[in-house]
Amino acid sequence: MVTIPAPLRGVQRQIASTLTKALGLTEPVQLRRTDPDSVDVPLVAGPVLVVGDAAPGEGGGDGSGEVAGVVSTLRSWGCDVREWSPETGAPSEQRWGAVVVVLTGLTAPDQAAAPVLALGSVLRDLARCARVVVISRLPSDATRARVDGTDDASRRDDRAGDGEVSPAEAAARAGVEGLVRSLGKELRAGATANGIQLADGVDVLAPAAVGTLRFLLSARSAFVDGQLVPVTGDGEAPADWARPLAGKVAVVTGAARGIGAETVRVLVRDGALVLGVDVPAAGEALARTMNAVGGVALQLDITAPDAAERILEAIGRGPFRGRLDVLVHNAGILRDKLLANMTPAQWESVVAVNLAAQLAITAGLAEAAPGLVQVSLASTSGIAGNRGQTNYGFSKAGVIGATQAWAVLLGEGGGRANAVAPGFIETEMTASIPAVQREISRRVSSLGQGGKPVDVGEAVAFLASPQAGGINGQVLRVCGQNLVGR
Amino acid sequence: MTDTATPSPSIPARPDGQAVVVGGNRIPFAKAGGHYAGATSLDMLTTTIDGLVARFGLAGERLGEVRAGAVLNHSKDFNLAREAVLGSALDPTTPAVTLQRACATSLEAAWDVANKITLGQLDVAVAAGVDSTSDAPIVVGERLRKVLLKLNRAKTPMDRVRLLGQLRPADLAPVAPNVNEPRTGLSMGEHQALTNLAWGVTREGQDEVALASHRNLAAAWEDGLFDTLVTPYRGLTRDAALRPDTTAEALAGLRTVFGNDQSNPTMTAGNSTPLSDGAAAVLVASPAWAAANGHTPLARIVDAEAAAVDFVRGEEGLLMGGAYAVPRLLARQGLALEDIDLVEIHEAFAGVVVATLAAWASEEFAQQQLGLPALGTLDPARLNVAGSSLAAGHPFGATGARILATLATLLHRRRLADPSRERPFRGVISVCAAGGQAVAMLLEA
Repeated sequence: MVTIPAPLRGVQRQIASTLTKALGLTEPVQLRRTDPDSVDVPLVAGPVLVVGDAAPGEGGGDGSGEVAGVVSTLRSWGCDVREWSPETGAPSEQRWGAVVVVLTGLTAPDQAAAPVLALGSVLRDLARCARVVVISRLPSDATRARVDGTDDASRRDDRAGDGEVSPAEAAARAGVEGLVRSLGKELRAGATANGIQLADGVDVLAPAAVGTLRFLLSARSAFVDGQLVPVTGDGEAPADWARPLAGKVAVVTGAARGIGAETVRVLVRDGALVLGVDVPAAGEALARTMNAVGGVALQLDITAPDAAERILEAIGRGPFRGRLDVLVHNAGILRDKLLANMTPAQWESVVAVNLAAQLAITAGLAEAAPGLVQVSLASTSGIAGNRGQTNYGFSKAGVIGATQAWAVLLGEGGGRANAVAPGFIETEMTASIPAVQREISRRVSSLGQGGKPVDVGEAVAFLASPQAGGINGQVLRVCGQNLVGR
Repeated sequence: MTDTATPSPSIPARPDGQAVVVGGNRIPFAKAGGHYAGATSLDMLTTTIDGLVARFGLAGERLGEVRAGAVLNHSKDFNLAREAVLGSALDPTTPAVTLQRACATSLEAAWDVANKITLGQLDVAVAAGVDSTSDAPIVVGERLRKVLLKLNRAKTPMDRVRLLGQLRPADLAPVAPNVNEPRTGLSMGEHQALTNLAWGVTREGQDEVALASHRNLAAAWEDGLFDTLVTPYRGLTRDAALRPDTTAEALAGLRTVFGNDQSNPTMTAGNSTPLSDGAAAVLVASPAWAAANGHTPLARIVDAEAAAVDFVRGEEGLLMGGAYAVPRLLARQGLALEDIDLVEIHEAFAGVVVATLAAWASEEFAQQQLGLPALGTLDPARLNVAGSSLAAGHPFGATGARILATLATLLHRRRLADPSRERPFRGVISVCAAGGQAVAMLLEA
């Protein structure tokens, strides 16, 4: 990051506080992030309150049984768990580290009132950087049918037995999305609100369900806010929750610096062996990054026609011994220009690096490793658009499209494809944005600040892990609930 | 070792009689006073070793040895190789040796570790070299040096003042650094001018070598050959001396810089190596270590030979050692020049290449000086095919390792392109060195 000269720091603070007042925002707090030496210890910032939808739903599961399961899972992770009940309400005088609301049994909108208002009654008692996680069901089976390449006929038959989701049930389930997104904008002091949307047939205690819960509760999701994560498969519980990638081999492009370098560090912290790829010109930084974590550096222009071949060759030797589990498409470039002024080179190079190279490399690698787990870097610019970024927006929206298509293809071999869409992240790149514009970009998120590269790395590592096995074809935003886009 | 799944570099393999080049790394070579003007030899060497470590995933590993050296040695750089290890990502328990054989320093280092590996004393090692003409040590005058030494021992402020009072302004002038031969007082360029005269080396012949060097090196960069051999440093991503667009006319237009007291001087800045900064390293291992760690060897180090000539009494040209070392090496291995697919002659000066080739071809030279049959005429298509020092630059200590890693990679590529050829792809290196020395090395893939 560019260091701001001392005399200008006061000016910068002044700009920041003026903006804060004008936009009706609060001063940002320092977010709780993971200590690499003791991952997820403590998992949450205080005791966890679990709120259930109490009565067993008519067409859904047994709500109370699911709540009990969540409570015992949280206890097995060492959390101090308390339960809310309609009779006794919430235990008082706590600074809650997290509130988990289980709404998987909702069949009609009116059933939401009691648990949601119970959640509301404790919001003033949240600890700094607390977490609200709402577990509910996907409004429709559409997502499942789209991303589950196996198109499991028998499962569809089961569903037929339950009947299709009724309009009232769909309304209640979809309502949760608006609840979570709005709540995220109400929370203060680094607290976040996120949701897990389980497909019908995915148990609330499936590894993918509890794995996502754990990620959203932990400090690893510091900059994930206002997001709903659809879980459509079971996933696998890792042998060690703090090192879920132990023994896995990951390839990370654009690994030399910034988000790529931080992603490499998190993947290695989680147990992976990493091959870091970056252009030959970035070789010095790449060597430094890879030596710091005991990885291997591969100097390679990913747009080279034989890029996939050379990655496979590198994976075939050294500590990797031909193993390949995870591919992180992080490499990307910016060539910002209004479309009216854009040169062919500015358009073509961005599309070549950010999109075409990814497609070619995955095609080459997926052939050799059919169970490949892919995580691509999209961007909020690809979701909401950004002035001067028609080329970048095209490439990043393209990444989302590619992710959904790869999800089906890789799913056939037992693999997955997901994307992470960073919002405003404090990197060398964003440090070059003019001060006022940069400050606005930081503040227009619910967390009122920019994220750090490590926040993106954490999301990538989570999606790469076996416990995210039920997440496929999704885009996880790491944007502090930026006001633009979904 | 090494039947176990987990390789253990700390326990060397039993002797199996072979040493292989696993890979190499160097930083782009810079011009003196250019990109690396602020870098020390230690920093360049450390960074180069780190680049090699990153390429092979060796961070935290203990290697058998790091053997490295420089020609322009600072007194502060004593124990250079060991200091580089301590500054690198290697395990700090990796032993290191600092050595020097002028421009053949890192080739000598590779020869040494290859021998130790062949004997089973080591199973993996780094051979490396570095030099900075930008950061060359400055020698102070004898009088100033003696006063400074006394000053260091002086006990009272008055003693110090008295000592400083002994100095005259003239004492403060540094002695300009140079690499002139101490016994003749002549620079290498002046020595080569004499050799050129003796062998009838023409300006055209030298410029042709220089032009080929730039063209071949530029093509190799374009071809991506150096993606696996070079790690950028301080923002420099390609060799700074390389002029991809140079032409025969441009070279012909340069004024001469050496041998200007002769009637027809031929040596220019275009056909002489520029003073350079840089570092290079090679990873040498036993085939067993390479296999246990999943690496495909690039080439085997078969043999090496050193030679020295009596240039002091004018019996031979200063840089003609390669004319002796290579024929002796090939004779010992029972090989003829046509058995060699690629030849690397270090281009200290283009004249060295021309004169060495002339000597190899000369029956008279072979009989009188070597007592061996002449090697014959070398097909230019086999010579320095990826360019050499004239275009890349020549940081003295780094040149041998640069050539060794490049040649091993070229031989490996030929093997990959033609896996069924029965006889090995062979390459020979000749590096001349100050003091009338040279080292030659034979590789095969």
